[in-house]
Amino acid sequence: MNFKFFPHTEEDLKEMLTTVGVSSVHDLFADVPEAARFQRDYDLPSALSETDLRLFFEQLTHPLNAQQLICFAGAGCYDHYAPSVVQNIIQRSEFLTSYTPYQAEISQGTLHYIFEYQSMIAELTGLDISNASMYDGATATAEAVMMAWGNAKKATRVLVSETLDPKVRRVVDTYAHFHGVPLQLIPAKNGALDREALDKELADGGVAGVILQQPNYFGIVEDFTGIADAVHDQKGILVINANPSDLAILKTPGEWGADVAVGEGQSLGIPMTFGGPGVGYMACTEKLIRKLPGRIVGQTLDNRGQRAFVLTLQAREQHIRRQKATSNICSNQSLMALYVTIYLAVMGKEGLREAAEMSYAGAHSLCDKLLATGKFRLTFPNQPFFNEFCVDYDGDLDALLAEATECGYLAGVKVGEHTLMLAVTEQRTPEEIDELCEILGK
Amino acid sequence: MNRTLYGNLIFELSKKGRRGYSLPQDYDRTHTTAELPEALRRKEAARLPECDELTVVRHYTNLSHNNFGVNDGFYPLGSCTMKYNPVINEEIAAMKAFAGLHPLQPAETCQGALEVYYNLQQSLAELTGLSEFTLNPCAGAHGELTGLMVIRAYHEAPLSPPEGGDLSSNVTPPAGGPRGARTKVLIPDSAHGTNPASAAVCGLEVVEVKSLPDGTVDVDHLRELLAEIGPEVAAMMMTNPNTLGIFEPHVLEITEMVHKAGGLMYYDGANLNALLGECRPGDMGFDVMHINLHKTFSTPHGGGGPGSGPVGVRKGLEQFLPYPRVKMETLVPLSSPEWDTTPQSTTPLFTIDLGNEAPSGAVGGAITSSVGSFFGNFGVMLKAYAYILSLGRENVKNVGPLATLNANYIKESLKDDYLLPISGLCKHEVVFDGLVDKSTGVTTMDVAKRLLDYGYHAPTIYFPLLFHESLMIEPTENESKETIDAFIDVMHRIADEAKTDPELVKSAPHNTPIGRVDDVLAAKNPITTYWKMQTTQN
Repeated sequence: MNFKFFPHTEEDLKEMLTTVGVSSVHDLFADVPEAARFQRDYDLPSALSETDLRLFFEQLTHPLNAQQLICFAGAGCYDHYAPSVVQNIIQRSEFLTSYTPYQAEISQGTLHYIFEYQSMIAELTGLDISNASMYDGATATAEAVMMAWGNAKKATRVLVSETLDPKVRRVVDTYAHFHGVPLQLIPAKNGALDREALDKELADGGVAGVILQQPNYFGIVEDFTGIADAVHDQKGILVINANPSDLAILKTPGEWGADVAVGEGQSLGIPMTFGGPGVGYMACTEKLIRKLPGRIVGQTLDNRGQRAFVLTLQAREQHIRRQKATSNICSNQSLMALYVTIYLAVMGKEGLREAAEMSYAGAHSLCDKLLATGKFRLTFPNQPFFNEFCVDYDGDLDALLAEATECGYLAGVKVGEHTLMLAVTEQRTPEEIDELCEILGK
Repeated sequence: MNRTLYGNLIFELSKKGRRGYSLPQDYDRTHTTAELPEALRRKEAARLPECDELTVVRHYTNLSHNNFGVNDGFYPLGSCTMKYNPVINEEIAAMKAFAGLHPLQPAETCQGALEVYYNLQQSLAELTGLSEFTLNPCAGAHGELTGLMVIRAYHEAPLSPPEGGDLSSNVTPPAGGPRGARTKVLIPDSAHGTNPASAAVCGLEVVEVKSLPDGTVDVDHLRELLAEIGPEVAAMMMTNPNTLGIFEPHVLEITEMVHKAGGLMYYDGANLNALLGECRPGDMGFDVMHINLHKTFSTPHGGGGPGSGPVGVRKGLEQFLPYPRVKMETLVPLSSPEWDTTPQSTTPLFTIDLGNEAPSGAVGGAITSSVGSFFGNFGVMLKAYAYILSLGRENVKNVGPLATLNANYIKESLKDDYLLPISGLCKHEVVFDGLVDKSTGVTTMDVAKRLLDYGYHAPTIYFPLLFHESLMIEPTENESKETIDAFIDVMHRIADEAKTDPELVKSAPHNTPIGRVDDVLAAKNPITTYWKMQTTQN
């Protein structure tokens, strides 16, 4: 048993077994029925030394196994810059190796940053309350659908915009199917929500909630004027899935009159890492606080009169309410909420705006230049977009993308037979934009 | 640390005009967001902090000093498996080549990542005796929900799955669906709260199965329930060892009974650590399970996530797992030392199956099952896979036995001072029902808080709910005899203090950055943001 993670010497084993009153560690499993005992060796590789382990992963990340492409892809995962401070502090073992802050007296570090995170998310979304995080943007949206359904007295369905990311819609569909929430899809017109179709559905009544996305899946900044009032007339709730980094500039879900804001927080300082871990965020109006799923940190005082933070409103949660809880969520993405908190602290008011401006400028510059090649046209003309947009290409799009990959570029995400969606962040240089246009416009 | 200097919120350290970042200035400024219609822009800039870099670094570094992690000291938090988080795994997960991968890049450009995903799920299948895993769920509760979805999808599907045989083929299908209208899930009353909560989210009705005085499932009660509602039972959820750390002696009988009634058996992997090396859920008759990679496979808990909750199924149920899935085109035996790590230049070995790409969106539409945007918490998978490779087949088999030895050693050493409600062997954790001597008025809460004074994290308290003063201790296999002996000494000392100076224990902790907090005040008028704090103070 001589292994670096097992401190037990032969002498220790002997003494401990004597105390317990058995002669071997296997005797500790005497209560396991014979038929259920595992009697052979696992069919697994032999132990790797630390040196060999590092070599193994270095081979796995050989450029041919993990190609580092210059990223113009988005579709829910963005190549934003995160200052070194973020990754450095994240690695502090006091944050990394602790668990959910049940013992407030020795967990003020975690509780304190979650309180800051909640404040930042509330400010970005223009809403009153944020929870301590969800798994990702898709599950946060599914939770919002269930929240709307649970909140409604007499409703027949939840309306979902067709411009919601299809990956998110798929998760929403899955959850709704099993939870028993009827969904109704509201179609899109020129890449944005079809207002007439929405108004018609709302006029029919029985709407528990409406789920929209901003900027929408295709990168378009939609105009939601008047929707909140119409939804509230129905006693339904309005949910907006928003990319939080764009909220440095864009009208907030709160300003649109939304009751709930959800989304993926990866764009706030979290590396792409093949799609996870990211972090789902979820914010709502004060009125809905007791319907909100997940952990919430609140301010209080300790018995010495000092300001302190603590997990609060736990009566909503599974460990108290069991099947009557607002959700089954227990562990969330706490450390990823810390990424977001440090990122927003170091970028601050100006930095987040500047990164958003640069992303916007880069995307529009790329768009101009792609159109100028004459090979592309806007998929959705005359629609305002932020840092992501769709173009149509008449030729063989797969071949074009393969060629870009050869040149070291991830040119975007194919969202239709002839449609390419490209995203630009502040990390993309003018030279990269020019080179991509050269490759794609040949 | 000095709380007066460093106890501020980051907002309170902000000063207009300061900045902590620098971005390139040479970019094409032809377009600015001022082009966007005013109606689409926010009225006022978000009130985010304005701080210089050192202020930010110092603030969060000092916050970390107010935390306690596994690296700081013994963390016997029952049911949470707070084992050591190997440092090399952090290095691997942070490798730029992984961090820079976009989840939608072509499969042939990310074979290394797909190999990690595929081989980790295969390793988990071998360790649990199941057929295939999805690694997409992000945490244990997410895994539970996903597993229950798999079970419901199975019951809703047409009979005769293509391979592996129909598990309920020996049952006459009742009315209401291919396998009957199965909307109930049996859950022992000792179960963790996530079990019933996950069932409810999945649209299932919870039926509690009683426990015997020794904390194990009351098989007679289960038999009665199955006789009564058997055709409506979708599944039974079980944790084994259960939440009391006791191995369910009748597990084989239980799984057989539920199968005979046409239900599936769900294994909650929260306590899997105890069994590594000794038995496998698949061999006990479980059909679907989740694993908490952040417990059994050593990935850090991160203050409450990100975790990872892979879900495994037995043969015949693979088709019900969610998308995306990672497939291997040419099978390479898992035990082969030549796991293919050579660069792939031609045919990709691993492919991504997205399933039915178009979401249905329609009312009552087909299940296009997916539980997250991409592949789940890939960064966490890297750490778990590195852990399994470090242990290898020689060491992984000792995890359960050593964790179990440590727990039993604590049990035997503390049972004179702490009330042991269930005698006999425990597995990886032991539950006491408070102090033996209840006359002092010192509660489990007091003992837990006093432990903080001595530099320990507290055990899990007031769970399981079967006892009034539950104190649940899980030491893990990583703790040395010296560490455990010192902890035992302190536990005895606290028991003595409870007799000699009960007030000292009742008013604990004394040596922590803050004292006991007022939970009632926090919940009465919740202040959950800095903005609310400001308006409340004024």
